[in-house]
Amino acid sequence: MKRKFPWHIAVFLAPAFLIYAVFSAYPLVDTLRLSFFTTADSGAQTWAGLLNYRSLLLDPSWSEGFWGAMRNNCKFFLVHMCIQNPLGLLLAALLSMRGVKFAKAYQTAIFLPTLLSVVIIGFIWQLILSPLWGVSEKMMGWVHLQDFFAPWLGQEETALYTLSLMSVWQFVGIPMMLIYAALIAIPDDIIEAAYVEGASSWRIFWTIRVPLILPTLGLTTILTFVGNFNAFDLIYSVKGALAGPNFSTDILGTYFYRAFFGYQSQIGSPTMGAAVATLMFLVILLGVGVYFYFIQRKLQRFSF
Amino acid sequence: MAQNKASRWASAGFTQVILAGYTLLALFPIALILINSLKSRAGIFDDPLALPNSDTFSLIGFQKVLHESHFTLYFGNSLTVTITSLVLILLFGAMAAWALSEYKFKGSRILALFFAFGIMVPIRLGTVSILKLMVSLQLVNTLTALVLVYVAQGLPLAIMILSEFMQQIPKELKEAARCDGVGEFKIFFQVILPLIRPAVATVAVFTMVPIWNDLWFPLILAPGDETKTVTLGVQQFIGQYVTNWNAVLASLTLAVLPVLIMYVFFSRQLIRGITAGAVK
Repeated sequence: MKRKFPWHIAVFLAPAFLIYAVFSAYPLVDTLRLSFFTTADSGAQTWAGLLNYRSLLLDPSWSEGFWGAMRNNCKFFLVHMCIQNPLGLLLAALLSMRGVKFAKAYQTAIFLPTLLSVVIIGFIWQLILSPLWGVSEKMMGWVHLQDFFAPWLGQEETALYTLSLMSVWQFVGIPMMLIYAALIAIPDDIIEAAYVEGASSWRIFWTIRVPLILPTLGLTTILTFVGNFNAFDLIYSVKGALAGPNFSTDILGTYFYRAFFGYQSQIGSPTMGAAVATLMFLVILLGVGVYFYFIQRKLQRFSF
Repeated sequence: MAQNKASRWASAGFTQVILAGYTLLALFPIALILINSLKSRAGIFDDPLALPNSDTFSLIGFQKVLHESHFTLYFGNSLTVTITSLVLILLFGAMAAWALSEYKFKGSRILALFFAFGIMVPIRLGTVSILKLMVSLQLVNTLTALVLVYVAQGLPLAIMILSEFMQQIPKELKEAARCDGVGEFKIFFQVILPLIRPAVATVAVFTMVPIWNDLWFPLILAPGDETKTVTLGVQQFIGQYVTNWNAVLASLTLAVLPVLIMYVFFSRQLIRGITAGAVK
């Protein structure tokens, strides 16, 4: 008997496959390809091999900006790792304790900012930190700290950290929720057994609960990594494409935007933009690779 | 025993102080904006932390935003883009998820991997080529361009979550339908789709938020006045009116409100979605 071609499978798959292939997979591959070309003044594109990468990594007129953005992006990520995720863990641990009053309400409220546009969050904090409005200064005055107030967003040394903290404030709900879900999934009898043995809550937390949720902690790390190295909106809406003051808040996303579209006197170049995007792609791929090949594999071995 | 009770009280108190304190920190900035958007200019500056009263209450900011900007137009654009993308992601995503989880065919594993790749790699990195493609398709400054990109962006996660869910549908159900001679399309639309409704709702909320909030693609693909979305509109409006605090606060409020309202309705669904693995 001759098998009929399974038309229904093709029909089910076609729309998703076509749209995804044309508007996601193909552009990614084409961007990799474009990064090996160079754009002439006339707009014509010619093969250039690794020239764009050499410029980005070595030629000071490009590389200073690129490495600056890379350094800032690493700091941005470190602030998230050192503050956002531990804070998320603390909140989740408190929420998952038994008999905490209003736990659901706290959860809902703390998760709320993650749903708002980064643009809005950026402006809200800009207003709050504005010396013109004086809200922060006034509130610091309540605890007699007004002398320490400074225009944090406007100073080179503090602007990047201030923006990072704004982002931490917005997104702490995500690690909190993921870790909370992992914590309440731990079977009660394991914890009960430890209590019966006389272990303190503190000890149970660090020696039983945290090791059991390591896969979730790994997942929040990689999610933070991908999100941070792909960030753009917050810096752009608060500081513009120039990521001032003096590029001190420039991260890869804003650098990519400038390389692609240009700024002030520098003309943008699609091929240079493609090269920056490809380097961002490699950074993200490296992060994801490290996660899958070292962390997740190790964790699985650990849990069996 | 008494000591034990006291220490338990102390620890519960400590927990409440931290959680309530952080909740205050999370809500305070949003509340501050909402409160001040209802005040006159003098009210905003004299006492930012006070609630509006009969002296300071004013809707001048909202009047300015609604009359002098195309806020309602942008709002409509955002709504169109978000809803169209959402419907297409859910429909096409469910169809593909069904094909991948139900039928065994050559290359199904590779295809699943192909889709899964999109979960980790941000579509934003392909922007250079996406713009080139949209220019050649003459789709720049259309909402269609945005919809296409968002659908491509949303499909991988939708397919992953929905196929996981579809695998849990009992085999007997499908076999019974097939024995009765029901066609494959009918099985999908009349048996499977209604069954996966809860999962669809979860995917919908997850997909909706990033689309509604996106700044990057509207900025690059559809910055024209006719096609701006709310996020882009607010971004540019605020840039122009930095000195008009009433208008700035009002436009921030108008941008926050729809999300707040949605969250009031969907927060349980959303939270359940995130914690799904645990509560199952």
